[in-house]
Amino acid sequence: MNGVNDDIVLQVEDLTVYYELEEETVKAVNHISFSLKRGETIGLVGETGAGKTTTALALLRLVPDPPGVIKSGKITVCGNDMLSLPVQKLESIRGKDISMIFQDPMTSLNPVFKVVDQIAESLEIHEKLSKTEAHEKALDMLETVGISRSRGGEYPHQFSGGMKQRVGIAIALACSPQLLIADEPTTALDVTIQAQVLDLIKDLKDKNGTSVIMITHDLGIVAEICDQVAVMYAGHIVEHGSLDEVFNHTLHPYTEGLFNSLPNINDRKSELKPIPGLMPDPTNLPEGCAFAPRCEYATEACKTTQPELRTVGGTHKVACLRYDETDFHINRGKKHG
Amino acid sequence: MADTILEVKNLTKYFKTPKGMLHAVDGVSFSIERGKTLGIVGESGCGKSTTGRCVLRLIEPTSGEVLFEGNDIAKYSAAQMRKMRSELQIIFQDPFSSLDPRKTVSQTIAEPMLVHKTVPKDQIRSRVHELMETVGLADRLINSYPHELDGGRRQRIGVARALAVNPKFIVCDEPVSALDVSIQAQILNLLKDLQKRFGLTYIFITHDLSVVNHFSDDIAVMYLGQLVEKASAEELFAKPSHPYTEALLSAIPVPEVGGPRRERILLKGEITSPVNLPNECRFAKRCIYASEECLKGNPPLREIAPNHFVACCKAEQFYQKNS
Amino acid sequence: MTTSKSKKQAPDTAPVKKQRGQWAEVWHRLKKNKGAMVGLTIVVILIFIALFSDVFLDYDTDVIGVNTAERLQPPSAKHIMGTDEYGRDIFCRILYGTKYSLSVGVVAVIIALLIGVTLGAVAGYAGGPTEEVIMRFTDIFSSVPNMLMALVVVAALGQSMFNLMLAIGITSVPQFVRITRAAVLTVKTQEYVEAARAIGLRNYRIIFSHILPNCLSPIIVQTTLRVASAIISASSLSFLGLGIPAPDPEWGAMLSAGRRFIRDYSYMTLFPGLAIMITVLALNLVGDGLRDALDPRLKD
Repeated sequence: MNGVNDDIVLQVEDLTVYYELEEETVKAVNHISFSLKRGETIGLVGETGAGKTTTALALLRLVPDPPGVIKSGKITVCGNDMLSLPVQKLESIRGKDISMIFQDPMTSLNPVFKVVDQIAESLEIHEKLSKTEAHEKALDMLETVGISRSRGGEYPHQFSGGMKQRVGIAIALACSPQLLIADEPTTALDVTIQAQVLDLIKDLKDKNGTSVIMITHDLGIVAEICDQVAVMYAGHIVEHGSLDEVFNHTLHPYTEGLFNSLPNINDRKSELKPIPGLMPDPTNLPEGCAFAPRCEYATEACKTTQPELRTVGGTHKVACLRYDETDFHINRGKKHG
Repeated sequence: MADTILEVKNLTKYFKTPKGMLHAVDGVSFSIERGKTLGIVGESGCGKSTTGRCVLRLIEPTSGEVLFEGNDIAKYSAAQMRKMRSELQIIFQDPFSSLDPRKTVSQTIAEPMLVHKTVPKDQIRSRVHELMETVGLADRLINSYPHELDGGRRQRIGVARALAVNPKFIVCDEPVSALDVSIQAQILNLLKDLQKRFGLTYIFITHDLSVVNHFSDDIAVMYLGQLVEKASAEELFAKPSHPYTEALLSAIPVPEVGGPRRERILLKGEITSPVNLPNECRFAKRCIYASEECLKGNPPLREIAPNHFVACCKAEQFYQKNS
Repeated sequence: MTTSKSKKQAPDTAPVKKQRGQWAEVWHRLKKNKGAMVGLTIVVILIFIALFSDVFLDYDTDVIGVNTAERLQPPSAKHIMGTDEYGRDIFCRILYGTKYSLSVGVVAVIIALLIGVTLGAVAGYAGGPTEEVIMRFTDIFSSVPNMLMALVVVAALGQSMFNLMLAIGITSVPQFVRITRAAVLTVKTQEYVEAARAIGLRNYRIIFSHILPNCLSPIIVQTTLRVASAIISASSLSFLGLGIPAPDPEWGAMLSAGRRFIRDYSYMTLFPGLAIMITVLALNLVGDGLRDALDPRLKD
């Protein structure tokens, strides 16, 4: 990843976010770094509480404060240092250069405004369009996401879930942002509608060269839409690489566990091998590797030493101590060579 | 004749709404053999949960028969039905709202035994321990409250509660949809294991096709209150013969890179409202193969191959194409 | 069923996050609310006074004993709130009156609570025609002004402390019916209620064991606030001469008695009035604090 500097849309370095509550501190995101080139899509994968959404909110500097505190890190979006920008400048970037699609289309739209006005709003603010121009452009956007222009005057409650999510996408893409953050955009939708929405995101991304951060727990969606994958566990990135590297040359035991937990659609007799145990309590992370208590490969050293994310070839990085041993490999790795 | 534990005939549930009759379940028939799993798949609003609840009479069906071991429980009185409840149980989707927040783990698991008096009072405690072990809950959690536990453990409590009265038949209503992948696999394995141990029969309701494929012997696909296709899991995945099934299968995101993929069939539009349905194929509006013929009437479910039922007038064509 | 394990399961060794129980959490939040704590302190003191007033005051001499030599004295070191037209010490009478006000408030609300919660729970759980009948009846009932209703009840049943409690209790029923029904309607849709039906529980067990315990928050808040308004109602009725009969030192009756002397001896009305005000204020502070503590979402 050493392309020309202005080709890099997003650069995150050493980001750490804590939620400092009265009696305890939730270590939501711990020292994560990644970067994203123009037109590229990264998938942030992980289970509930892995820190995916907090990461996304931090990129927009929207972590609820208090109790959220960005402890360290540098976030650069299109050359702007997000963490040191004055609020006014920040607001001109949000919605214009970087925007977000939320998980729940039922609550992310304002029920008392017409759909078209909600899309037009950001156009008026950011593109300095007149009311009629913004209105016209908003109707165009509706058409782009597959809703007929005649429905623009309706209110959100007149739309179904899938349609609302399309409106959410229209709002997010109205100002042609360089970076789009999609936080579980299809989790609340049915499979056939999910397929429509993913298709739409893919299309729009190809057409406009938008970079996308796809936050999801569904490895199937990642396989479909992403170029890079970062697997998160307890606020750490544990494995990071290209789609092919992570899916076909899996290195981290947690990633392996995720794959083994999924039913194989082509072999219904295959047995599920769940990861034993539970996510660690984020207010009380283990001293060593956070995954060690659930890991079948863990050694004594894993319990006391935090693994660093290291490059193991190409763009593939993994945070696992066992790779100190030259002949170590996980079972899945064996299978795939 | 196979050992049929449950047979549902022409089950119907209409709800009155201001706009007209809502056909939540519209003439659904199926049967399940003892010890097997029937998966019911469909999208939200297709009536799969209502079907499951009508079978247990948690919702009163409008009409139809529910034959459990030969007796029509749809005609049972409230008192008779209460007695039957020890044989028929349900596991819910949401491990958060399905447990009373003010009851401890042991209170929740013991309650069904107290109601049905299946276990002498002095043995309830030991039975609770036994059930907790069965579902993989550590003993030390016995006095915990639900809010102290995560989704996976809560779902195990829900499973233990259902098992407490030794049921023969359990409706699993999306039991893993609210759980993380790694926890989801734990619960699926647990349910499979329990089925083997106790010879349980399941109706497994879900929207997740890869889960249903893994879990069920037979699969029924629902659309707008009706079954559109029913076959064994292998057959359904190999030879989907209803255009809706085909589209559903093609929409599953497969977590593989570089492998073979089904050609994606994108459906037009969204599921229509099940209120005041016209007399035509209910899928016709979204079907890419729809023709004049499809608007002439609602096609009934018919057997196009042994144990393979499809409600589509062109089913044979699709069956041929896919085999 | 057997106990033998057919397959080895990984033992669940992950720690349980020990959290405060629900009531401990409520107390924790309530403690942070200064107003509520002030109110609570006052209420505790009042309860203490009400419980032990017979210990440190003698009813016959301190409370109703006439002493014409010291009538209508202004506040002084000997009588910090002065004396009334019969020479009775107002401070003693107010202290002793706490018992009447509090007990009328509490008993009246308990009566309202029992009737209102039962009706509300039945209406909310049963739905359909039952709900319709109960709610329309409640509507009719609450369209009659509270004071008028209480007057009618007392006039019909005769003047006594218990009838006063009953009258005020009955007027508070509609609020409890409404609030309970609303809470039951939300809780009813939770899956654990369906689970209770699935295991074959009878309806009354479902209502009392699963639904009502989860409807407590709004009912508790309403109870606290209703005690305050019941005290006002009791005082108002006594003021009108329909409450607790003289010479018992009910605050409202004392206000009424002092009314004739308000020009020259205003302290006779001032202190009973203050007593009512402080009690009601304290209860309202506690009620508001409880509402915030029980439903933290409202505050954020």
